[in-house]
Amino acid sequence: MNKYFLNFLDELESEAIYILREVWAQFENPAILFSGGKDSIVVTHLARKAFYPARMPFSLVHIDTGHNFPETIQFRDDLVKDLGLKLIIGSVQEAIDDGRVAEEKGKNATRNSLQITTLLDTIESNKIDCAIGGGRRDEEKARAKERFLSHRDDFGLWDPKNQRPELWNLLNGKCFEGEHFRAFPISNWTELDIWNYIKRENISIPSLYFAHKREVVLRNKSWIPVSQFLKLEDNEVVEVKKIRFRTLGDITITGGIESEANDLEKIVIEVAAMRYTERGDREDDKRGETAMEDRKKKGYF
Amino acid sequence: MEINNNQLLRFTTAGSVDDGKSTLIGRLLFDSKSIFEDQLESVSATSAKKGHQGIDLALFTDGLRDERAQGITIDVAYRYFTTPKRKFIIADTPGHIQYTRNMVTGASTANVAIILIDARKGVIEQTKRHAFIASLLNISHIIVCINKMDLVDYSEEVFSKFVEEFEEFSSKLLVKDVRFIPISALLGDNVVNRSTRMNWYQGSTLLNALETLHISSDINKIDARFPVQTLIRPQAGEYLDYRGYAGRIAGGIFRKGDEVVILPSGFSSKIKSIQVGEKLLEEAYAPMSVAITLEDNIDVSRGDMLVRKNNQPRLSQEFDVMLCWLNNMPARPDAKYTIIHTSNEQRAIIMEVIYKIDINTYNRETENKDLEMNDIARIKIRTTRPLMIDSYRDNRNTGSIILINENTNETVAAGMIV
Repeated sequence: MNKYFLNFLDELESEAIYILREVWAQFENPAILFSGGKDSIVVTHLARKAFYPARMPFSLVHIDTGHNFPETIQFRDDLVKDLGLKLIIGSVQEAIDDGRVAEEKGKNATRNSLQITTLLDTIESNKIDCAIGGGRRDEEKARAKERFLSHRDDFGLWDPKNQRPELWNLLNGKCFEGEHFRAFPISNWTELDIWNYIKRENISIPSLYFAHKREVVLRNKSWIPVSQFLKLEDNEVVEVKKIRFRTLGDITITGGIESEANDLEKIVIEVAAMRYTERGDREDDKRGETAMEDRKKKGYF
Repeated sequence: MEINNNQLLRFTTAGSVDDGKSTLIGRLLFDSKSIFEDQLESVSATSAKKGHQGIDLALFTDGLRDERAQGITIDVAYRYFTTPKRKFIIADTPGHIQYTRNMVTGASTANVAIILIDARKGVIEQTKRHAFIASLLNISHIIVCINKMDLVDYSEEVFSKFVEEFEEFSSKLLVKDVRFIPISALLGDNVVNRSTRMNWYQGSTLLNALETLHISSDINKIDARFPVQTLIRPQAGEYLDYRGYAGRIAGGIFRKGDEVVILPSGFSSKIKSIQVGEKLLEEAYAPMSVAITLEDNIDVSRGDMLVRKNNQPRLSQEFDVMLCWLNNMPARPDAKYTIIHTSNEQRAIIMEVIYKIDINTYNRETENKDLEMNDIARIKIRTTRPLMIDSYRDNRNTGSIILINENTNETVAAGMIV
């Protein structure tokens, strides 16, 4: 191997750091959208690296649906404390209480799409002009069309057919008052890249990603964790399974997979051999062909 | 799994609806086992619904709702797959003439361009357009796939004829490395697996070519260029006096102790440290993102560039650019635009349109000089202050610019410095 050539993980890292620094240089008040999932954890790690030895200059924004894994919240709070960051919480529960949004009805009701209003409100009230996310193009076909710097109009809407062309590594983050940008520094990473990187950098992640015993029910071919928010159907049976999560969303919609992988080495091997996409266990994406596209246009992550 | 030394290869595919581009990408993903079972199930179901026999590989690249409805690609879509040898990023771009801007976008970061030729049709206008853009964007490698060989009885004669045709017109272009592969994306011949129906072809399969092409030299490792993105100043604790310059090396190699000149001021100093995160490095090279500190306390800010004393870019305020117009609104004569070059931002004015290029015939047009969407032209540009430029042929990073309309904030043009 040529001594003066980066391997793919180094090149992805270098690209992401470049974008994070551009965001810092081009915007007044950027912040990281932090869900407590592996992708936003990797973005936070990259941001730390990009500005070392100075403190990372971004606050973390958590859009809290109220339907959380307790482990995720604990992890979030520890991380914020460790890095000495400011945490901004946008509460979906408050938006419901205020009558800004209404709970979905029906069997598979979730608060997933309710996050859009809270997210846009939080961006506006905190005057965030660039919200940095952990979205990856390989996740989903609407995300495959995303730019590194993605424009949102003054209603927070995304117009995928009329995006600014992005050439070389020249980024145009110019916007008018009221508009904002989303930045996706890990656009070019795949799920496997994320895991290889977490392993290489030894990044700490919530215990939920490792195999553990948990009470679950089988719903729509996924193991959904039992929680105070889950309404059991008559025919559903609670079982204890050894599972782990491939992605983390709301506790009500995130399905686990049966697994014995209890360390990063085993997870990398498991992910490399995986035959189903990671969002296949997310109920929010099982709502039809264009579920993500529709949510994204309205301002979703 | 020893993947640690694997390289990243970016390639672009250009083609229109019917020359099999989507099928080719689907075939690459499918045969390299990059398709997941739930994707396969969904595509099989859709294929059955549409009445196809078997699975329609093209459906793997389906995008937004409008694209699915119209069976076209509107925007650049990025796709990913990995083999034991390399990680690949595909910039999948539409090939119609009105989408030149997307082709240019996809090509701007590519190591390799794949150009598809339909074995029943041979070299057509679109082929010439794709080849021209690949050459204009200085893509180091072109792979011409003669597709649909199954429809011409896997004929060696047909293949050779089109290779000859391509070579004839492409001799006018600046392309270093062109190779030709006879394939059938539909049936999988020579895409990932070697065809048993074309024993006359002894070259590599498409995937094998992508896995083994020499790409280490695609990035300029000679001319050291470090555009400063931002300053890192902790102003606390043991780093009280730390003053780091953050940036992504745009060319060449920098070593600790190197004497460097800061442009445009012209002051010189020595590199005190280079680091990525907590890790201190002895040397760093393009395209690494690093933080550099200098021995002397000099005023350096965003937009400045660290270079070597004996190897400096041109410091210029007026220069020629090959410009591709990307916006619906045509260029206005004498209008001022914001120009972005590396981390530098200035204002610019288009002084003169020297000629436009007809990308189908490669002829120069000097009569009509209006710059409209998808036009490519050689122009003369003037900036408010000098930029530190190289020619695009020497360095993609320090030889490229974009123009922004100050009224709409849109990126309206992309340019390659001549």
